[in-house]
Amino acid sequence: MPDRITLVTALQGAGWHPAAWRVAGPVAQRLSSLRHWRDVVVEQDRLGIEAVTIEDSFTAGPTAADHDLDTTTVVGRLDALLVANAVAPATRAVGLVPTVSVTHTEPFHVAMGLQTLDHVSLGRAGWRIQVSPTTREAALFGRRPGGDDAATLFDEAREAAEVVSRLWDSWDDDAIIRDVTTGRFIDRDRIHNAEYAGRHLSVHGASIVPRSPQGRPPVFALAHRADAAAFAVDAADVVLVTPGYDGREARDLLDEVRQIEQTAGSDVRRPVLADLAVLIGSSTAAAADELAALDGAAGSAYAGASDTSVLATTVPELVSLIGDLRGLGFAGVRLRPLRIPFDSTAIARQLVPALVTAGLRADVASRPTADLRTRLGIAPAVSRYASTPAGSVSVEVSA
Amino acid sequence: MSSKRQVHLAAHFPGVNNTTIWSDDRAESQIAFSSFEHFARNAERGFFDFLFLAEGLRLREQKGRIHDLDVVGRPNTLAVLAALAGVTEHIGLVGTLQTTFNEPVELAKQLATLDHLTDGRAGWNVVTSSDAFHGANFRRGGFLDHADRYTRADEFIALSRELWDSWQADAVVADTATGGALADGVFADRSRIHDVDHHGPQFDVTGTFPVPRSPQRHPVIVQAGDSDEGRDLAAANAEVIFSLHTEFDDAQAFYRDVTDRLERVGRSKDELQILPGATFVIGSSAEDAEERSNAIRRAQVSPATAIAFLEQVWNRDLSSYDVDGPLPTIEPDHEGAAISRGRARHTRDVPALVQSWRDLAEAEHLSIRDLVIRASTRGGFVGTASHIAAEIDRYVQERATDGFVVVPHTNPYGLDEFVDTVVPLLQERGVYRQSYDEGATLRQTLDLPGTIRDRSAAARTAAAAGPARAAASAGVLA
Repeated sequence: MPDRITLVTALQGAGWHPAAWRVAGPVAQRLSSLRHWRDVVVEQDRLGIEAVTIEDSFTAGPTAADHDLDTTTVVGRLDALLVANAVAPATRAVGLVPTVSVTHTEPFHVAMGLQTLDHVSLGRAGWRIQVSPTTREAALFGRRPGGDDAATLFDEAREAAEVVSRLWDSWDDDAIIRDVTTGRFIDRDRIHNAEYAGRHLSVHGASIVPRSPQGRPPVFALAHRADAAAFAVDAADVVLVTPGYDGREARDLLDEVRQIEQTAGSDVRRPVLADLAVLIGSSTAAAADELAALDGAAGSAYAGASDTSVLATTVPELVSLIGDLRGLGFAGVRLRPLRIPFDSTAIARQLVPALVTAGLRADVASRPTADLRTRLGIAPAVSRYASTPAGSVSVEVSA
Repeated sequence: MSSKRQVHLAAHFPGVNNTTIWSDDRAESQIAFSSFEHFARNAERGFFDFLFLAEGLRLREQKGRIHDLDVVGRPNTLAVLAALAGVTEHIGLVGTLQTTFNEPVELAKQLATLDHLTDGRAGWNVVTSSDAFHGANFRRGGFLDHADRYTRADEFIALSRELWDSWQADAVVADTATGGALADGVFADRSRIHDVDHHGPQFDVTGTFPVPRSPQRHPVIVQAGDSDEGRDLAAANAEVIFSLHTEFDDAQAFYRDVTDRLERVGRSKDELQILPGATFVIGSSAEDAEERSNAIRRAQVSPATAIAFLEQVWNRDLSSYDVDGPLPTIEPDHEGAAISRGRARHTRDVPALVQSWRDLAEAEHLSIRDLVIRASTRGGFVGTASHIAAEIDRYVQERATDGFVVVPHTNPYGLDEFVDTVVPLLQERGVYRQSYDEGATLRQTLDLPGTIRDRSAAARTAAAAGPARAAASAGVLA
């Protein structure tokens, strides 16, 4: 049984505001260290956040107006999948959801890496699937010109998601038999080759990683546009929408996802999370002042650059907003803290208890340990190769 | 302080061949992280230089089906090493990673990340392959000619070094010591981040590398190939060679050969450590060790494994043969496609090998299983702990090796006995560390030179000139 509100925290650099590093203190100097990431993620874990997402890209950072790297903000990053693996042993319950792009990365590596995260974290892995549309990224690989249209990139990503899903299913739960009598370690009839040949990708063999605790870690996709929403419904288990972007309202975005699900003939109602960028202050006025100071230091208002709503807010206001979103049918929110660790700490230490008090979440102590799919309210992953027992219709019942 | 040469040890996580005895009562999961954690912590308890992980990108097959007699399945190398970064403090973490089925910017990003996450304890065992069998799992397929795989590996390493060098150590400025106020200035100094503009036969890579300079700048480069090209690649690039040469005279010859090759490319032997992989069977007496070794060999060569081993050489289905009976009289099949795929070939001269086995089996009345046990026994050390410690010391003092990669028989406890019994004796001999140096990088732990020669100085000068970089960026973004 999932909590009544799912809380996900989106981690990136010193936070989502381009000037966030200016208030981070010594943390700004160690954004590439395990210590920093462990500190931040352990805090989310201890206070009961469902999951953290970790952003990634092959670029060093955003570009400025002159198209060159913008070094007034945080540049340089670590590989998100590896960061997630590195913090896994220090955490107990939080889901770990790295961004892994499929435009340039081999789906075979994607599948193995996430399965390994699921093994290491004992069932807490998730995957934020993403495409890499920029020519900057393409030039770092030098294998394709870049500048592919969105339709092509999403089409390729659908194939990648399918391949990854097949690889995740390729080992049955009971493939390892360790049968000393016959000398067989595995029953090879319980391992299935992916045998995928699509328009963009082909992968023949089975995964080299035995089936992971969740089987298929939940897939997250950001649906900030209609084509992205269609992709999310095809490829993902959890859909992130961005209210306030492009004039869209939360209610419409949720309706759109449900509409696409219906059109696609899907009878699964995916958990939909509202993506919100937040700066949490002691009062609304104080929060607004702090955001204005950051915007001033950055030279422009972050709200103009973000692909979702940017809120200078307080804990009570957020509780109220989240309650409203819940009323609309949202499963929860993914919060992008503008400042790490300030706002990520506020989410864990202030927002979570306030949501408990408001009856929107169970207290962390009373929450059972569960894998990430369960915590998100997603059904267990049944392998596509799972067979129904033969002859089950003709069972004789003895008196 | 002793002036004796110091022994370097590495720990090989038990792999997916029949060296690893999965049928042992204490054998645990080859995939559970708890196994990796125990193994790594134990190696760190024994002050090993590094933990070593192999890799295979397709499940091995025999007669067209997945080979099911050995351990099957393992984690993604980089991911599990990153997780081990979270539970270790001193030991190096070395992964085997392909240059054929990876792209330089991606692998360089991951290795630089691992080096950050470990505070400078990352290493990369560079391997190449070219076959369509593995290629079938990748969108690019098995596209490389055999001859090109080392060409690609060479350029891959050179390009990776360019990427790792592209951020200067002082590129991140982030002066936040402004006492509560918003910090001024830039996060990073753009003039200290140099775009890469690489155009070679294998790769065209342009742009800014995403990862700031890591503690070691480059992970320690390990090489295991034993062919002529492999040895040249090692001489040119490697800092550790994981060799197969464990017989004393052979090891000394290899050591001299590598030393000569290093000199030919202007490097010194001090820049590279040679560590053969070896197994160790420890007993309370020489007889006890011999008995344990025999038991281990029988466990490693089950009846089904003995037949499978012969099939790899005969290249035929031999499943109807009795393992306790004589060798097949039928001749090996030279014509057919290989029935074993995904592993290194045992030999090229099959007729000579088969003849030597037949002679040996006849002379000593060996059954198939006995013969396979004999034929598949590679160099290893069998004896009391003090005998083994003395042998390791002798190999190192007499420059047959610089140490060993210890390959245990069982997962995850196979290293424990070595750590408990042999390590203290090496310490007593004054040839092995009593503790790690606090904060040492893997390169320092290996007693390798701490500085990396700046191979891309020319490229950096060109990039720093400014107009060249601007032109390159404009070209990419146009």
